[in-house]
Amino acid sequence: MSTEILMPALSPTMEEGKLAKWLVKEGDVIKSGTILAEIETDKATMEFESVDEGTIGQILIAEGTEGVKVNAPIATLLADGEKAGDAPARKPAPAAELPKGEDHKAFADEGTKQSGPKIVVGNDPSFPEGTEMVMTTVRDALRDAMAEEMRRDELVFLMGEEVAEYQGAYKISQGMLQEFGERRVIDTPITEHGFAGLAVGAAFDGLKPIVEFMTWNFAMQAMDHIINSAAKTRYMSGGQMASPIVFRGPNGAAARVGAQHSQDYSSWYAHVPGMKVIAPYFAADAKGLLKAAIRDPNPVIFLENEIVYSKSFPVPKLDDFVLPIGKARVVREGKDVTLVSYSIGVGLCLEAVEKLAEMGIDAELIDLRSLRPLDTGTVIESVKKTNRIVTVEQAWPVCSIGAHIAAVVALEAFDYLDAPPTRVNGKDVPMPYAANLEKLALPTVDDVIAAVKSVTYKA
Amino acid sequence: MSTNAKSPASPPRNSESLKKLYSDMLMIRRFEERAGQLYGMGLIGGFCHLYIGQEAVVVGMQAHVGPNDQSITAYRDHGHMLAADIDPNAVMAELTGRSTGLSRGKGGSMHMFSSEKKFYGGHGIVGAQVPLGTGLAFANKYRGNDGVCLTYFGDGASNQGQVYEAFNMAELWKLPVVYIIENNQYAMGTSVARSSALTDFSKRGVSFNIPGIQVDGMDVEKVMEAGGEAIAHCRAGKGPIILEMKTYRYRGHSMSDPAKYRTKEELTEIREKRDPIENFGRKLLDGGVLTEQDMKAIDTDIKARVVASAEFATQSPEPGVEELYTDIYA
Repeated sequence: MSTEILMPALSPTMEEGKLAKWLVKEGDVIKSGTILAEIETDKATMEFESVDEGTIGQILIAEGTEGVKVNAPIATLLADGEKAGDAPARKPAPAAELPKGEDHKAFADEGTKQSGPKIVVGNDPSFPEGTEMVMTTVRDALRDAMAEEMRRDELVFLMGEEVAEYQGAYKISQGMLQEFGERRVIDTPITEHGFAGLAVGAAFDGLKPIVEFMTWNFAMQAMDHIINSAAKTRYMSGGQMASPIVFRGPNGAAARVGAQHSQDYSSWYAHVPGMKVIAPYFAADAKGLLKAAIRDPNPVIFLENEIVYSKSFPVPKLDDFVLPIGKARVVREGKDVTLVSYSIGVGLCLEAVEKLAEMGIDAELIDLRSLRPLDTGTVIESVKKTNRIVTVEQAWPVCSIGAHIAAVVALEAFDYLDAPPTRVNGKDVPMPYAANLEKLALPTVDDVIAAVKSVTYKA
Repeated sequence: MSTNAKSPASPPRNSESLKKLYSDMLMIRRFEERAGQLYGMGLIGGFCHLYIGQEAVVVGMQAHVGPNDQSITAYRDHGHMLAADIDPNAVMAELTGRSTGLSRGKGGSMHMFSSEKKFYGGHGIVGAQVPLGTGLAFANKYRGNDGVCLTYFGDGASNQGQVYEAFNMAELWKLPVVYIIENNQYAMGTSVARSSALTDFSKRGVSFNIPGIQVDGMDVEKVMEAGGEAIAHCRAGKGPIILEMKTYRYRGHSMSDPAKYRTKEELTEIREKRDPIENFGRKLLDGGVLTEQDMKAIDTDIKARVVASAEFATQSPEPGVEELYTDIYA
């Protein structure tokens, strides 16, 4: 009986990868521990070892194939005495069905196939109509933003755990050590409190540090310096001294990493005067806003999302694409309900919007992009038109961004509301590990649809 | 104050520089006494931590400071600002929360800064200034200048974890930072013996290979000597160094602390035998550097400056209400 060798998952969030190279061929006898292949994930290239013994029957996926789904059979393994011909012949599986950039395509198609208003892509006045757009991952957009700013300004440097030689724990800083050298791309010890404070001190002196936290979960160790040292010094010094610094890294739940590694800090930081907080979804926003954050003379919290890193979206091909901080974007115009979200919540909303359209509900989608300053004006204008609002975010519900928006809407657009402002959040529990419970803890497309149905009284 | 960064370890000790050490210490003492008085009158609010007794430490250290050197400390910071040559009027007016204060009344006793004099605070969280000071030293190295950051903290802060995170990076990256541990024997009300497993703070850098020197912090000349060595060590690119200053604070931790955790005899003995200003003044008299008349003149001058600062601080207007919303963002 031949068995199948399956495409392995090599990181918590990996869904597919590239079969970079086969290190065995059909007919090779392998043992437990034999290195079978090199698999390239979005984070790293890793060797894949065999657990079983036997003979390689058939290679099902040719080397160089991209987008091989986790658990897809990549080869067959023959037991002792079996011959290659004994195994049922299998056609090599096709490569990934969707090229990179599927999100954008699906999104754009969705815009063209429905009769309602089209999706507005990049309605910022920041770049001219007709600008060439290049499909780029959020990961590369972030790297490009940092590299461009470092080329432009000698005072900008990157510091954090594994940012240099390892090329970034999530590969965000890939190639930066090679380009800028160890003076400006600096690996730190695992000492968040210490290096956050050190970077703030350097910023007091006028340097412009970018501090990468491997994830925002670890930044709680550094909280005192972020709040007390970075955010308050301009005020306490009567404007004499400040921290032109960016703290960035992945925020929110990754996948199956449990309570201490899955938390959304949006409202924690947005609470603090003296701080700016950015939480983009699209690659263009990631790039344009990170560049703006690095140039900003104030401390900026830049909340990324690990799941979003590998998504591709169009980014304008411009020499210097900088977006204004503090402006929400109407991603899709609609008349029946306003959906307000940020970061990975925007992805949920995009899916929901499509399904809602099929149900005949025309939703307007606002991507806040920046949480402080918060563009409540754009939200209020939209609510005046749709008379209904649903906020969508992964964070816990108590004192969340959605809670604040609900309060602002109740105060400034009360007379326009036809339904109570409604919120979709992560459940009010620490993140469980078990797959089924984790799924229940996170907000879903169905949650968004249910909330929209309730405010449009179509439940 | 030495302005030549490449000067020898210790500036020359001519009679003028000795006089300046004396008068700088006396200025801090009189200033702090007046601040205590204004606090008692309700003109200074909140927390107010006086530096009386520890004057030799900051005066001896700051005597070495060159144009690229920075300093940073915690909340017992008035003396550090005066020693950094910051206008006493602006310091006192900040204490009274007035618009003419260093932070225009928005910082208070614990949060004062001067970008002009490279004084980086004035920090209210115990130990936070240590990574910050290390970062200032990082900036010196990054810019390739000869600056050294004098980072002051107490025996209490020495037990904070972030101090050791900073030590590690400072030695790893050979950053030009002098860690000055002002061991005044009490972390608020808890004595060193009751709070510290290793009471010799000069050894606190041993696991990081950071050299340390124990110094009589009640003797301004000894402080100067050690300070000169330490700064030269940093300027030579040898990385950080620790100076443990054995000192004593005469007053409570803050104005509201009755200091019942120590005996009156302990305090009296130190005041009588080890007072940094008394002892140094007597030495200058005996050595013929100062006459009784000189000392009187210095005292009169300082009193006048302190009285003027108190006058300035109580006559200046409070900040305008529009200041509530300024200096939050650039």
